[in-house]
Amino acid sequence: MQDLKLCAQDNRGIHELEAGKDLMGWDEVTQGSVLPSFEGDASNIVHLKQEERCYSDFNSYTATVASWRVKKPVFNIDVCIDCQNCWVWCPDTSIISRDKQMLGIDYDHCKGCEVCVEVCPTNPKSLLMFAEQEELETALSQWPEKKKKEK
Amino acid sequence: MAITSVKNLKEFSTANDRFEGAHTLCPGCAHSMIVRELMNCTDDNLVVTTNTGCLEVSTAVYPFTSWDTSWMHIGFENAASAAGGAEAMYKARKKKGTLKDNDAPVKFVAFGGDGSTFDIGFQWLSGAFERGHDFTYICLDNENYANTGGQRSSATPIGATTSTAQAGTHSYGKKEKKKDIVAIMAAHGAPYVAQLAPNKWKSMAKGFQKALETEGPCFINTVSPCCTEWRFDPKDTINITDLATDSLMFPIYEIIDGHELNILYRPKNVIPVEEYLAAQGRYKHLFKPEYRHVIDQIQKDVDEYWEMLQRREEARV
Ligand SMILES: Cc1ncc(C[n+]2csc(CCOP(=O)(O)OP(=O)(O)O)c2C)c(N)n1
Ligand code: SF4
Ligand code: SF4
Ligand code: SF4
Ligand SMILES: [Mg+2]
Repeated sequence: MQDLKLCAQDNRGIHELEAGKDLMGWDEVTQGSVLPSFEGDASNIVHLKQEERCYSDFNSYTATVASWRVKKPVFNIDVCIDCQNCWVWCPDTSIISRDKQMLGIDYDHCKGCEVCVEVCPTNPKSLLMFAEQEELETALSQWPEKKKKEK
Repeated sequence: MAITSVKNLKEFSTANDRFEGAHTLCPGCAHSMIVRELMNCTDDNLVVTTNTGCLEVSTAVYPFTSWDTSWMHIGFENAASAAGGAEAMYKARKKKGTLKDNDAPVKFVAFGGDGSTFDIGFQWLSGAFERGHDFTYICLDNENYANTGGQRSSATPIGATTSTAQAGTHSYGKKEKKKDIVAIMAAHGAPYVAQLAPNKWKSMAKGFQKALETEGPCFINTVSPCCTEWRFDPKDTINITDLATDSLMFPIYEIIDGHELNILYRPKNVIPVEEYLAAQGRYKHLFKPEYRHVIDQIQKDVDEYWEMLQRREEARV
């Protein structure tokens, strides 16, 4: 369940953020540069999900900040109540939510800030932090039990 | 205006994000929470301008852009002028019928940090409000010039340590009180002015929608906790915002047409400001006995301001 092949567009995360070596330098571009976010007509973007859009190579959607992380959030769909707290507060547009359901984490854009874990209301939490190198299956097999309320 | 339903979070979450990841804001930065919410609360086309600051430098790292709408940056201080200019051009072309799609709804939004809003871009902001452009200005108030290393601004509260108002043996940090930007913008006679916070996502989304729907210049100050300069763990951004709104350091309210004040959030249990201050490194020194009086001063100011807001709400003047 963790391994979401979310039919996300192929170009997600293809660029390292430092990319652009083959592009013009800052002193070569004309003053006032224009970066088109999409290929072709962009008038209907708001009605398209990310995986349905034609992002241009200039869109940071095609870049990745995965290397910023030392810890990663792991999602346990069995405990999740789809409250969408994690979706509304993720600062990096990295909670993949479709049709009111939380599906998983976009590891190309997640920086591992842990905000989603903090705001997750379930018991035990449906999101927990693990070391970046931890296998998802191992992480899920270590999920804690429901905590008893302290009196 | 095509608004997204914000009845509950599940409905809101069906919005398709127009602010993309792999921007370079710090992990846990509240700026992007606020921007995402603004962009998700409407289906209309957006023309967004942004002053220089963390948001701008982090979302337009050449050759990348994180904006799925028309977005423009010119200088530190002129997002309000740029939005006003674009709006004036749009109106003129609409009248002449020379737009590509004359019926497509468009909203104009300007973002600025507190440095560019309260200080350096204030003249531009004030001018755009006086001219009455139909746009919404959103200040991302993290109470310092974060992008250049945390200098004090006129939004920095008394007692906070910053790189240019440092606490030490002879100083408790910034000596001056925070400028009341909400009152100042309301005094421009703007049709809609508010102070909102990302932890109260619903009142924030509703406030954004109200501002976008209202004709004329609207101003919203948003609390944007900055883990780097406020010195707290990035995971706590929303927890800190909770402390900010529940201690009434950041009351949530709106002012309509310059006078009609409505309080939008009344904490069930008001917590002492001390709890909010203690959660951040920038106020750590205040807990030394010699600076205790500053905490008392802050509490007194907060109590008085809340009292004033309640009276104004009641008086309806
Ligand atoms: C006219 C001008 N003065 C100073 C600067 C340098 N500068 C760039 S970003 C910045 C800080 C911005 O602070 P703020 O507006 O509060 O935004 P934040 O980074 O805190 O979000 C400063 C001083 C500049 N770019 N232009
Ligand atoms: S760790 Fe932070 S960036 Fe990653 S999904 Fe959670 S909230 Fe988003
Ligand atoms: S915050 Fe937790 S329970 Fe709510 S949608 Fe996210 S993972 Fe599921
Ligand atoms: S310094 Fe503060 S405002 Fe700037 S990106 Fe980092 S957390 Fe956000
Ligand atoms: Mg600032």
